[in-house]
Amino acid sequence: MSGLIRFLKSLSLKELRVGLGVTGRYLFARKFTLQYPDDKTPLSPRFRGLHALRRYPNGEERCIACKLCEAVCPALAITIESEQRDDGSRRTTRYDIDLTKCIFCGYCEESCPVDSIVETHVFEYYGEKKGDLYMTKERLLAVGDKYEKEIAAARSQDANYR
Amino acid sequence: MEWLNTSIDWITVMFQEWVVVYYHMLPDVLQTVIWIVLKIVVIMAPLMLCVAYLTLAERKVIGAMQVRMGPTEVGPRGYLQPIADAVKLMFKEIIIPTGANKYLFLTAPLLSLGPALAAWAVLPFGDGLVLAEVNAALLYVLALTSVGVYGVIIAGWSSNSKYALLGTMRSAAQIVSYEIAMGFALVGVLIAAGSLNLGEIVNSQRGEYGLLNWFMIPLLPLFVIYFISGVAETNRAPFDVAEGESEIVAGFHVDYSGMAFAVFFLAEYANMILIAALTAIMFMGGWLSPLHGLLPESVTSIPVLGWILGDGIHWFFAKMSIFLFLFLWFRATFPRYRYDQIMRLGWKVFIPITIVWILVVGVFVLAGLGPWFSA
Repeated sequence: MSGLIRFLKSLSLKELRVGLGVTGRYLFARKFTLQYPDDKTPLSPRFRGLHALRRYPNGEERCIACKLCEAVCPALAITIESEQRDDGSRRTTRYDIDLTKCIFCGYCEESCPVDSIVETHVFEYYGEKKGDLYMTKERLLAVGDKYEKEIAAARSQDANYR
Repeated sequence: MEWLNTSIDWITVMFQEWVVVYYHMLPDVLQTVIWIVLKIVVIMAPLMLCVAYLTLAERKVIGAMQVRMGPTEVGPRGYLQPIADAVKLMFKEIIIPTGANKYLFLTAPLLSLGPALAAWAVLPFGDGLVLAEVNAALLYVLALTSVGVYGVIIAGWSSNSKYALLGTMRSAAQIVSYEIAMGFALVGVLIAAGSLNLGEIVNSQRGEYGLLNWFMIPLLPLFVIYFISGVAETNRAPFDVAEGESEIVAGFHVDYSGMAFAVFFLAEYANMILIAALTAIMFMGGWLSPLHGLLPESVTSIPVLGWILGDGIHWFFAKMSIFLFLFLWFRATFPRYRYDQIMRLGWKVFIPITIVWILVVGVFVLAGLGPWFSA
């Protein structure tokens, strides 16, 4: 008896019609596609993109070469060398981040006592040749100078939750 | 405005003086040839356009069913995408494998496209609106759709590649198997209509109950089997084992590229349109309106509405688009069959059902059942 029912069920294509019903419903469902270069998703102020080194408003670089970021970096992407500057303060002579090693975990930013190394909202960058993704101190500072306004805005938005 | 009128007059005069006069000066044979070529162009050009835009429709419909948008970038809302695709394929290099048989390799795509187009010669678009009024049209269509399989076989063999050959064997076996079920389904239509002429098959579905007179009701199992076999014939999902990506890549046309590949693609879509048209003619009354015979004279004599609701080529196209949409809907819905399942379905399910139903149809006809066979 159950065999007969199963036979009639398969003969009437019941399950296939159920499947068609599902796709038929989705035909009219709202589409969530975002037309990427034209529309972009909103980014959180905590978004972790391209790195930058910040300066104080008077132009002095924030980094004091404490090397906490270098120590905490799980991918060993940061290399720092430092020496004493003429005014007696400790400053970096070399601050490199190899973006091909970096995993964008944000630990460097978390560990930084002076909010110097930060991750910006920039994620649309690329390298055309070997070494383009090896960020030196000058390039990191340049990124920081370029996006300082956005960086500061994102930090102040997030400050309430820290 | 004056100059416009005079120039239009001038053009019509020149047309009559030159084209018409010269046309009548030609020998009769040549006149017939020109006339037929014109008819072929009138059928073929829209068909090719349909094929191109069917690919766009496929991507849009499947996209929508997967909650995506499909192509949107080329032209407004992506409407020029097929043209971009065609241009791209035309400019690509046709790579001929070193070990391939060059002539067969290049003939195969034409051999698979040719029959798909040639079958349109006997398809009636309206009452008497047909390129070639052939009395054995159904046999002609059956013969031509079977020839298509040679394109597949030759393509796979001449590529001189084991993957292409495996794909060929799969598709060829599948096409040949489903041809039988398809042929039996058409035997039912033949018994019901009593004619091999496609125009007469449509006319025998004419009646006073509109769409209830169509063969899809007494021949429902054959109708379903015919269409499913048609899907299998064209190697479309869920019967597209020929292109099992994980095993044999694209099946028989792995080694094709550029325009040679595009012709196979055209053939697949032209075959889809052909199957849709044949199903519409055979089971859904071709160009007949679903309201045929149901409407009173007062409605059918209203100028525009009467034309829309009355019989005509637009109903034929509407029915075709329903079936074409089904092709796309199937592809978006069903997972691919395993090969042995395909063979089981074709040989152990479809053929027995069609044979039983042919007997049933015979009884129907003898009994003069309902509105379909009473005459």
